[in-house]
Amino acid sequence: MMEVKTKEDNLPAATTVGKDGSSIQIKVLFFAKARDLTGLTELSVEVPSGSTAQDCLNKLVSKFPNLDEIRHCIVLALNEEYTTDSAVVKDKDELAIIPPISGG
Amino acid sequence: MNSEERTLVEILDENKIDLAKYINYVSVPEAGAIATFSGTTRDTFEGKTVVELRYEAYVPMAIRNLKSICYSARSSWDLRSIAVVHRLGTVPVGETSVFVAVSATHRADALDACKFLIDELKASVPIWKKEVYSNGEVWKENAEFLERRSELSKDGGSCRRKVETEAHDNKGCCKAKVKVEEAADTSTS
Repeated sequence: MMEVKTKEDNLPAATTVGKDGSSIQIKVLFFAKARDLTGLTELSVEVPSGSTAQDCLNKLVSKFPNLDEIRHCIVLALNEEYTTDSAVVKDKDELAIIPPISGG
Repeated sequence: MNSEERTLVEILDENKIDLAKYINYVSVPEAGAIATFSGTTRDTFEGKTVVELRYEAYVPMAIRNLKSICYSARSSWDLRSIAVVHRLGTVPVGETSVFVAVSATHRADALDACKFLIDELKASVPIWKKEVYSNGEVWKENAEFLERRSELSKDGGSCRRKVETEAHDNKGCCKAKVKVEEAADTSTS
């Protein structure tokens, strides 16, 4: 987790939302039904620094309108842990779209 | 790690689960009880013939989650060894897709922890299965997940209330447009 300390981290969170025009790159993973709907297993996405997980999801839904069908039953995982919609993503983070699970 | 307190978590690709291996793993002289749970694929679901089940996982996160669940179990019960294994890929009808083995000094701890482990797995570990029928296929949804969903992402956003309502109605969440309609998953265990 060396990249956790990025430049954006040193700025006050409330004022970083794209204000300086900088952007970050995250990796998005699609599983199960999310993969079927997008046709992709993963995608690199550029978002303004300061973006939240919810912002990223909004961007993905506008890119893949099919995802709207499941957006109200998915959960998000950030770097292999369930996350809140309001979590701020950082450069090189891994955001996973988790449709309803069905292990067992 | 203490040899009397061991945990084994595995996600297997396309291989049959060797139940004896995991039972042996949890067998220790101090344990007076070994409880196991084996989830096997059924041949029918609501009258439809199931041809096979196809599993996939977010493997690194699934392993982290499973280890965390094992850790929780140890904090609640007095356990010796734990083994949890889940198979991925195509699992033909009648074969084991998930296996849990728990040893403890006393049977109540082993039995209760075994139930806890499989229940938690079904509620929160990122593993998915597609049920393939002779006339269609569907991504299954565990009722345990739909009930737990708002807790997994604590400030779950505007959609939370809607999903809770759906979970209480015991309806699937994403299934409106799938090829075959179902209620929440009961196809194994």
